[in-house]
Amino acid sequence: MNHPMPRTRRDFFRAAGFSAAGLALAACGVQGQKAAPPKADAVKDFWAKQTKHGKVVFANWPEYMPEDQAPLKKFQQATGISYEYKEVIQENAEFFGKADPVLRAGQSLGYDIVVMTNGVQLQHMIELGYATPLDHAQLPNFEANAGQKYKERAYDPGNKYTVPYTSGVTGIAYNTKYVDDDITSIESLFDPKYKGRVGMMADAQEIGNFAMFALGIDPEKSTEADWKKAGEKLKAQRDAGIVRKYYDQSYIDAVAKGDVWISMAWSGDVFQRQLAGEPVKFVVPEEGGTIWTDNMLIPKNAANPVDALMLMDYLYQPVVAAELDEFIQYVTPVPAVQDLLREKAKTAKGKDKKALEEMVDSPLMFPTEADYAKLRNYTPLTTQQEQVFNPIFQSVTQA
Amino acid sequence: MRGTRLGDRLLQLYTWIIIVWLSSPIAVMILFGFNDKKSKSNTSWQGFTLRWYAELFDISDLTVALRNSLVIAAVSTVITVVIGTMLGLALGRHRFRGKGLTNFLVFAAISTPELVMGASLLSLFVSGNVPRDANTIIVAHVLFSVSFVVVTVRARIVTLDPSLEEAARDLGATAWGTFRQVTLPSIMPGVMAGAMLSFALSIDDYVVTSFVNGSTVTFPLWIVGAVKTGIPPQVNVMGTLIFGIGVLIAIGNAVAARRRT
Amino acid sequence: MRRLTPYLLALPSWMWLGIFLVVPMAAMASVSLQTGNAIDGFAMTFSVSNYGDALGRYSTQLLRSLLYGGLATVAMLVIGYPVAYWIAFKGGTRKSVYLFLLLLPFFVSFVLRTISWNFLLSDNGILFGTLKGWGLLPADFHVLATTFAVVGGLTYNFLPFMILPIYVALERVDPRVVEAAQDLYATRAAAFRRVVLPLSLPGVFAGVLMTFVPATADPINAQILGGTANTMIGNIIQTEYLTNLNYPTASALSFTLMAVLLVGIFIYARALGTENVLEAAAR
Repeated sequence: MNHPMPRTRRDFFRAAGFSAAGLALAACGVQGQKAAPPKADAVKDFWAKQTKHGKVVFANWPEYMPEDQAPLKKFQQATGISYEYKEVIQENAEFFGKADPVLRAGQSLGYDIVVMTNGVQLQHMIELGYATPLDHAQLPNFEANAGQKYKERAYDPGNKYTVPYTSGVTGIAYNTKYVDDDITSIESLFDPKYKGRVGMMADAQEIGNFAMFALGIDPEKSTEADWKKAGEKLKAQRDAGIVRKYYDQSYIDAVAKGDVWISMAWSGDVFQRQLAGEPVKFVVPEEGGTIWTDNMLIPKNAANPVDALMLMDYLYQPVVAAELDEFIQYVTPVPAVQDLLREKAKTAKGKDKKALEEMVDSPLMFPTEADYAKLRNYTPLTTQQEQVFNPIFQSVTQA
Repeated sequence: MRGTRLGDRLLQLYTWIIIVWLSSPIAVMILFGFNDKKSKSNTSWQGFTLRWYAELFDISDLTVALRNSLVIAAVSTVITVVIGTMLGLALGRHRFRGKGLTNFLVFAAISTPELVMGASLLSLFVSGNVPRDANTIIVAHVLFSVSFVVVTVRARIVTLDPSLEEAARDLGATAWGTFRQVTLPSIMPGVMAGAMLSFALSIDDYVVTSFVNGSTVTFPLWIVGAVKTGIPPQVNVMGTLIFGIGVLIAIGNAVAARRRT
Repeated sequence: MRRLTPYLLALPSWMWLGIFLVVPMAAMASVSLQTGNAIDGFAMTFSVSNYGDALGRYSTQLLRSLLYGGLATVAMLVIGYPVAYWIAFKGGTRKSVYLFLLLLPFFVSFVLRTISWNFLLSDNGILFGTLKGWGLLPADFHVLATTFAVVGGLTYNFLPFMILPIYVALERVDPRVVEAAQDLYATRAAAFRRVVLPLSLPGVFAGVLMTFVPATADPINAQILGGTANTMIGNIIQTEYLTNLNYPTASALSFTLMAVLLVGIFIYARALGTENVLEAAAR
């Protein structure tokens, strides 16, 4: 072992030399790809060239399809199109992060339909031209059966790129075993009475909305100054030791177990636990709640766009939508479902009957007009604004 | 070795305590494979049932994910063991140029955070137009496992007396024969340790796999996807079965070891 | 042919590591010097300031990660060394069985294990609920969402990586050497301290290497078991990569983390007195 270090150093530099070559190759940088929205003629031409292939690949979130996949099986029987269903989407940001390099390189994701929440990532998909414009001539059921609210969404005017799959509400969940009061105000999340027992969501858009509600600000019309104020309020909440943890989706277990007594929550999660008999209640705060929508879209370079359209439209038949919603237990974009489930409840028996009746009457699944009036979307953000918005709230949740 | 018997007994007890501690969440997992749960969540005990064992393969996606994980772990372990053992042999036995660099690379593979490894691999595959699927997962798994095999094999090889192999060659054995009959049995414990580690790492991996899997779902990926909405008991049952098979192999090993003495 | 042997043996691993480790790392280094965003694109501007900015913003989390990683490593050393010792010297023919049992829980997905811990350590669950019922713990005692839970989780998850290398090193120690020491009137403790311990140091070093690094960089334990003041650098890198799509900052942070870890390892190796660190590391 004579002079080991020089030998190592020489080899190190050799490695550095190879790496430099790699660096040179990579030095080109990553090209931006902001796409101009396609002209109407281009869209029509595109769809004119497409035909049905007899196969469709549907990528979705977990627990958004009954285990027996009955709606998809019926679709196959009705149209002869075979399907592949993959529950591969767990987070919008993560999904976009993986889809971006693939679509940027002009390749196909391997999915014909993907489902994304209306937020920054969906906006990116549209901005970057990653979403195929839809041919509404082939979506008659959507036109006929979708609720008016779901045809007029600010994040996708005219439903050019997306149609809703399901909606949900972000409100407050609390464990009735540990919380005696009737929670109605968003201030309860900031109440020192619940010090160390409050759960907040880690997602910047979710937590930002709630802080703004607490300050009486409408997120849909908020400005940078508003966001800063919201950040201050959240920081104060944190420094006072009120928050136990900033959760992604696991808050519901914590609330049900009683580790956390009161938390920001999604309506469907709470509803499912209620059906199971757990001591949790959900409320949309007086000051406001967030409504979000998971949307179906056809990614660029999808192999079977026509089949995708047919499936999307099939899911808008009220009977099929009812079957879906009975399982998903979130808010369906097809209002007729409520009556259908009511009918079904009449002829059902025992446990099923009870469950169906709860669903039909639940504002968590069928919000009233009064509920809708309190609900707001996420703050709309451009790419530049996102780079200001995110750090404000991440510096609180990830301090 | 002389010393107090009490000291030995305490150490033995301590070792068993650690083994039990490491396994305690497994006990919970096994228990909840029998939970007669009615809601979507599996976090409170609602009664005993065996039905999940009967309905084990009801969730087809989950079954596919488990199968993927087992196949990927098996294939990547074989590859890892082969190329890792080769490199361990080279590093431990021979002198050659580039040893320092190789050591550095092996070290770098261990010290790269999984997140970083995953992201950089994805970029590589995309720019090379390589479709992401089970093959890319295998590539990634070999990448982070190979260093462990190299380290373990090399540690083993360095202690071996080279004169044994020389003797074998003097007696006319070929290089491959020498390896097969002298070297390999001696380093086998190191190779097996590396193989077990490699298999465990592969079957358990989440972070790197989540970057390079494309549309192939593995067992850990499926579970993480289901955390939000409630992990079905079938997952517990599968975990129990995997664990149970492992225990059986260990017992078999112990019986064989006792027979050997 | 003889002289080519080592090169042929090493070739497959070289190629694997070269293509799948070196090249992507070089690309990542390149990205760390760029500016821009995911939508409008990135351009190479050689902005070394990325590193400064990232460090400035996230030094707290970085230091915290080093602290947690260090604490967990020390804990693993203290907890794991006796286990390795006992198996190596007293395990007899069943050594591999014990090792197998140690590794067995890791054949089960870490998510399942962590969820089970989440369940076991629940504020009013099986363990603490009972203790609270007996009045042995105050009502608002909790382990989850604390630093202790995170460090405990790290210790739990990486313990076998500490035990295995120490075991491999100890197993090579000839018990007759220890007997000889004791024949020379050394007490058992002295024999351990002056004979066994130094012989096991390469194993300790390898164990520290294989645990300190992943523990410091781990995002999962902090994510599942941590509270509001436990965010680690791994979480930050994950957020910058996957949520903010801020690839330059994320890449800069990744390299900074790896550099810090390397420095830590080199300092530790010097303290151990190892001349050629990489040789020792690979042993």
